[in-house]
Amino acid sequence: MEVPAIRLPDKKGYFGKFGGRFVPETLISALNELEQAYSEASKDREFQKNFKHLLSTYVGRPTSLYFASRLTEHLCGAKIYLKREDLAHTGAHKINNALGQALLAKKMGKKRIIAETGAGQHGVATATGAALTGLECEIYMGSEDIKRQSLNVFRMRLLGAKVNEVSIGSKTLKDAINEALRDWTTNVRTTHYVMGTVFGPHPFPLIVRDFQSVIGSEAKKQILKAEGRLPDYLVACVGGGSNAMGLFYEFLDDNIKIIGVEAGGTGISSGEHAARFAGGSIGIFQGTKSYLLQDDNGNVLGTHSVSAGLDYAAVGPEHAFLKESERVLYTYATDDEALAAFDLLAAKEGIIPALESSHALAEVIKLAPTLPKDKIILVNLSGRGDKDVQHVASLRGEEL
Amino acid sequence: MSRIRSAFKKCREKNRKAFIAYIMAGDPDLDETKRRVLLLAKTGADIIELGVPFSDPLADGSTIQRAAERALSAGVTLKDVIKLVKEIKETINIPLVLMTYENLIYKYGEERFVNDAAAAGVDGVIIPDLPPDEALGIIKPARAAKLDTIFLAAPTSAKERLTKIASASRGFVYYVSLVGITGSKLDIGEELRNHISYLKTCTSTPVAAGFGVSNPQDAKEMSQIADGVIVGSAIVKIFHEQPDRAEEFIKQLREAI
Repeated sequence: MEVPAIRLPDKKGYFGKFGGRFVPETLISALNELEQAYSEASKDREFQKNFKHLLSTYVGRPTSLYFASRLTEHLCGAKIYLKREDLAHTGAHKINNALGQALLAKKMGKKRIIAETGAGQHGVATATGAALTGLECEIYMGSEDIKRQSLNVFRMRLLGAKVNEVSIGSKTLKDAINEALRDWTTNVRTTHYVMGTVFGPHPFPLIVRDFQSVIGSEAKKQILKAEGRLPDYLVACVGGGSNAMGLFYEFLDDNIKIIGVEAGGTGISSGEHAARFAGGSIGIFQGTKSYLLQDDNGNVLGTHSVSAGLDYAAVGPEHAFLKESERVLYTYATDDEALAAFDLLAAKEGIIPALESSHALAEVIKLAPTLPKDKIILVNLSGRGDKDVQHVASLRGEEL
Repeated sequence: MSRIRSAFKKCREKNRKAFIAYIMAGDPDLDETKRRVLLLAKTGADIIELGVPFSDPLADGSTIQRAAERALSAGVTLKDVIKLVKEIKETINIPLVLMTYENLIYKYGEERFVNDAAAAGVDGVIIPDLPPDEALGIIKPARAAKLDTIFLAAPTSAKERLTKIASASRGFVYYVSLVGITGSKLDIGEELRNHISYLKTCTSTPVAAGFGVSNPQDAKEMSQIADGVIVGSAIVKIFHEQPDRAEEFIKQLREAI
């Protein structure tokens, strides 16, 4: 029997007990304005038509669903399909949301958009959306991330964005979000904050999920066409969790297993990781209530991952809800496992995956051999790995 | 009447406004914090706000961010600051308000925090990332423990929100005097005056204004609009950079308000 799904979040932005709106009063009016504008845009045919047109002619959607036959053969188990978000314009799924929010900012009459970025993919996507819509753009990025993702920093500048280096705290994504929120608090009347993941105060987790859910709705049609049935497993990596929510959302009511993969860093016991479900607890951070890596006093812990895009202390509130309701199983992959997956996909399929996506592939490498050959795994290849090539080379002591 | 309200009443009787001074607890350590509190009280502060350091203070500018970093590296926790308040209250009876972010309180346990804080002599609490809409878990125990809940109103708050904020606030309403973070540049203009005047018509609770009040001149202008003036970053900065000049600066602020 099909259970009718309860559509979340509720009016206050909660997914069960997670979510909400924990921000300084200065931002409340902007969040109300955004909620209103988004609700109008969802019903505005012109807006939707324009967005869909750009997704198709500019972003290159639908992205393909590719049967990875050599990887499947190599792993001797379930059939593996890759949802090729790496083929989207700018090289990752981030453009789906950044473009949607840039159009929304334009509709709201804002002159300027700002964003945080970890791996640089969301920064590049936002700078792209700004160039396309003629908005001013500033990106906040931790100095640690600037070092390991220098290629993307240059791309953002080429696209006309100003990149601000954040060198306070852990100098990574969380500090970039703090600075972006401070900028937004200061310039809220003229500026829209393009939150890059399913995180932050309501309505961001809702908006980002909706803009990303195109991934899952395409994948569903594509797998039905290719196989005549739904997959048995969905797998995606989870940093903030936007590519995962984008894939999972359309399948939540279906009878299939769903797995989210966090960054295990050098292992959970080492403390050097970003596995919020494996090593964290419930907290309130950057506008929302969710799982968080924090110490006993409630201060946020530093994180580690080989992948800048997963190197974040908290996770989207809807993921926390899906974990507690046991709809989604969350696991993690270590740096080494992700790096091995990075190599394997390049060697077997001629595709260099982003280090973020490599975490999802690492789980597939563990899972596929345990399953019979008639089972199907659909994994979100959320981005391409060009941006990571330099970093991986330097890890191996090679200078490019 | 709460000690905070009495402080405002005393100021009115003396025909002046309330001077509310903020410092970061534990910057650079707790002994020095205690010494600074006594100095502020002696030099004429009516209410003192003690910041409790949090790793990610998103409403704060660089001065208070750095102060929080110093306090965190000294290992100062919410529990330590509550204990410090108890010690200070054994010496003097000035109203003390804790200002910190919701995650520290959530982790401590909201009800437990309210009870421990009130028992230690804390008079009020300001949580910049906790708007009244999300604050039921604090408000309920705080009413029972007679701990004042001070909420923030901002220049971007619509009129109906001002009413909501004022009615959830006890002790005073904290009017954020600029669109931005602590320590930014202040511009006291017509819009600000009108907005504060409107807020004052919504409530009988005093309205104190702060964010960006960096010198005696700002403080004086602000004192002509609001019932109290809050000075934070400027005091944190002078204690850190020119501790010898701090007393004189605080005196000037006192005279201006």
